[in-house]
Amino acid sequence: MKRTYIIRAWALSVALLLTVAILICATLILQPKYVSASPEGSLTEEYYASVKETNHDVLFIGDCEVYESFVPAILWQEYGISSYVRGGAQQLVWHSYYMLEDALRYETPKTVVFNVLALKYGEPQKEAYNRLALDGMAWSKTKLDAIHASKTDEESLASYIWPLLRYHSRWKELTSEDFRYAFADKPTVSHSGYLMQTDIVPYEYQEGQKPRPLADYTLPQTAMDYLDRMRSLCEEKGIELILIKAPTDSIFYHWYDEWDEQITAYAEKHRLSYYNFIPLADEIGIDMTTDTYDAGVHLNVYGAEKMTRYFGKILTENHSAPDRRGDTALAAVWDARLAAYEAEKTAAAHP
Amino acid sequence: MSFTSAAFILFAVLTLLIYYTVPKRGQWIVLLISSFLFYLSAGGWYLPFILVTILSTWLCALGIRRRDRLDEDYLAAHKADMTKEERKAFKNNAKKKKRPYLVGGLVFNFAILGVLKYTGFVLSGVNDLLAIFGSKGVTVPSLILPLGISYYIFRSTAYLIDVYWGKTEAEGNIAKYALFISFFPAVLQGPISRHKDLAPQFFTPHNAEWSNLSEGGLRVLWGFFKKVVIADTAMIAVKAIVASPDTMTGMYVLLLIILYSAVIYGDFTGGIDVTIGLARMMGLRLAENFDHPFASRSTQEYWNRWHITMGSYFTDYVFNPLSISAPMKKLSKWSKDKLGRGVGMRLPVYLATLITWFLTGLWHGASWNFIVWGLLNGAVILISRELSPLYAKFHKKFPSLKDRAAYGGFCAVRTFFLMGTIRILDCYRDVPVTFMAFGSVFYDFASWGDLAGGKLLQSLGLELWQCIAIALGTLVVFLVSHRSKTRPVLTEISERPWLFACSCAVLILVILIFGCYGIGFDAGDFIYQTQF
Repeated sequence: MKRTYIIRAWALSVALLLTVAILICATLILQPKYVSASPEGSLTEEYYASVKETNHDVLFIGDCEVYESFVPAILWQEYGISSYVRGGAQQLVWHSYYMLEDALRYETPKTVVFNVLALKYGEPQKEAYNRLALDGMAWSKTKLDAIHASKTDEESLASYIWPLLRYHSRWKELTSEDFRYAFADKPTVSHSGYLMQTDIVPYEYQEGQKPRPLADYTLPQTAMDYLDRMRSLCEEKGIELILIKAPTDSIFYHWYDEWDEQITAYAEKHRLSYYNFIPLADEIGIDMTTDTYDAGVHLNVYGAEKMTRYFGKILTENHSAPDRRGDTALAAVWDARLAAYEAEKTAAAHP
Repeated sequence: MSFTSAAFILFAVLTLLIYYTVPKRGQWIVLLISSFLFYLSAGGWYLPFILVTILSTWLCALGIRRRDRLDEDYLAAHKADMTKEERKAFKNNAKKKKRPYLVGGLVFNFAILGVLKYTGFVLSGVNDLLAIFGSKGVTVPSLILPLGISYYIFRSTAYLIDVYWGKTEAEGNIAKYALFISFFPAVLQGPISRHKDLAPQFFTPHNAEWSNLSEGGLRVLWGFFKKVVIADTAMIAVKAIVASPDTMTGMYVLLLIILYSAVIYGDFTGGIDVTIGLARMMGLRLAENFDHPFASRSTQEYWNRWHITMGSYFTDYVFNPLSISAPMKKLSKWSKDKLGRGVGMRLPVYLATLITWFLTGLWHGASWNFIVWGLLNGAVILISRELSPLYAKFHKKFPSLKDRAAYGGFCAVRTFFLMGTIRILDCYRDVPVTFMAFGSVFYDFASWGDLAGGKLLQSLGLELWQCIAIALGTLVVFLVSHRSKTRPVLTEISERPWLFACSCAVLILVILIFGCYGIGFDAGDFIYQTQF
């Protein structure tokens, strides 16, 4: 009788251990690595390594327009500002709110810069973008809240806790990268949150092309509520919140005047700075024949550097962003980051 | 809370843990609370309906018991003073006195089912009729349909009839009776267990025994495997074919017959495996609902092996009482006198069979396709019966054929396709479309070209690995089912610890990695859980 119990216990334990081990391996292999394909999925995760090395005085928050318009390495080089971009592909306003809440668990920046384009969305859009934004977020109550706020009807919390439930069928599209980085560290894809794009695909205006008129130009209440929460959080922590609109303004991602008026009114009401860079594109020096990699939707590295230099000046002159170049320890960290940035840019220019 | 959801798995595990932790006399209370929490999770509005059914059938059964006891006491006291005839008259009178409780309970509960499930169907039919005469018609109300109503009404009415017939004792404790009706693994899709078989098990203490936990657990995994690896994957192709009845004809309809058989088998038997397995883990043995149905050599045999508890409900509570009812006896006598002995013998049986199958179809769903499905099954059974003398002659001429495996296989395949063909009414849910689609099998031969052209997978919306998963999964199920004819394979496996542990590990991995679930897949709830 005792022997039977022992055999059962052994059999179950071995099978359980083996199953768990295989499931862990399967999960690690099947999870997307976000390196060559959809590198945007690595942006959230890369923040934690950066904040371990150094704190940031300026934190950029928002959608693709922030991680393609602001280069922290240039901000450091030109103005000595320590900054980071916590942006993501179609990062909606609640993603941004929780990115900020998450960042505040590690540091308290002096300034938070929020790009307002995502305020046009009042509802979760697509599961894929939720995964890009949230897969890499460190586990905390903030992440749980972020998942609850973001998930579409078809998503489940369980699939975030155990990604195998989401990615179990990826085995048919696995690449060598999935095995290589399943058990080893991944290479960094961004430069302090900036995702470098070096291609040049000029914007070509076509006669008669006009942005689609909307039935209702009111920015969704849900989005504005999250903006309010972001503002309150900043106020509570003594952080200055700056609202910006990146200088790109394509037909498909058009920034309507009616939206601009609402943000201007909001900023005035709450005494926030709001910079709409669309009308300032010429002054910044952006040339849509050379400074965009996707026909005017986003800036490439050349446009982003111009934008960064322009905004760096504003941050220094109008918002007292500190120049930290005198801090040798910090300078060493940033010099290394700058070198990595320059190396990638040079490599891309001379492949 | 779908059986395949993470929430349900967590719920079931927690229930099991609490079930075996509390003092044994409280085990049934844990099940009762879990059952109501499970039912509440589907929506608070459903709860009053199941409570009304529980209360009404419980009260009616108590009424019958009270009458029975009064009559028994009277009979015991006066037995010596009564003649045989007087006793018989007294018993008949006693039966009449308790009948209102039975009729009241049945009418009330079937009225609830009828109103909630069939009002829309009836009014739509009325509107169609009125439209012919140019009339505007009436508004069809949108009524809620409590989850599992068809099952719990059947379970409760079967209980009431059994109490009336004296086949089971009326339960005095409403909470205990409520557990019998609402027991969460079985409330949505059966099996329709009988009170005398299941209820006593709830109230006997259960220890956490290895045999129950291992065999039950393995059966739950086996059910998930059939559901998410076979049924849900094959469902992708079924949906693709059904969505294009005009273009996906001929060969595709034949494929639909095969694939939908895999879907309904995997889905329904998978769901029942989860139900029976989970109950077994609690030390409870529910009635089996399937007995290798696709090995059946005839339609009659198929229906003795498929959805057994539903079949026995209709046999015991509809067909048999109907066949021996006074109107049927009158009809039999009349037809024998007027139409001859042959017709007179057949007419009541035919009528009872068709009425039973009409009701079976109607129970499956409030639409014409289910009614036609039911009547076709009845018709096939009656035609088979009419042809039985021919079969007998044939077998007399070829006596050795009956015992040959090849002939048995032929009969099984024939029954499979016959049942599968009728079953596609459930896919198209439109009678004329179904008949036209099936007709195309006999004239659309061009569609067979897709088999060679490599267009097949694309048309079905399947990837190659999914086809392999369906084929291999079906093969494994077939082998296990075949092997289980003598003794259930799952029982054998669960008795060998190493084999059991490895089987569980393999099943978990296969379900998790090759299962059709999550985003990107369109896995549905269990068909029988959502339809009824």
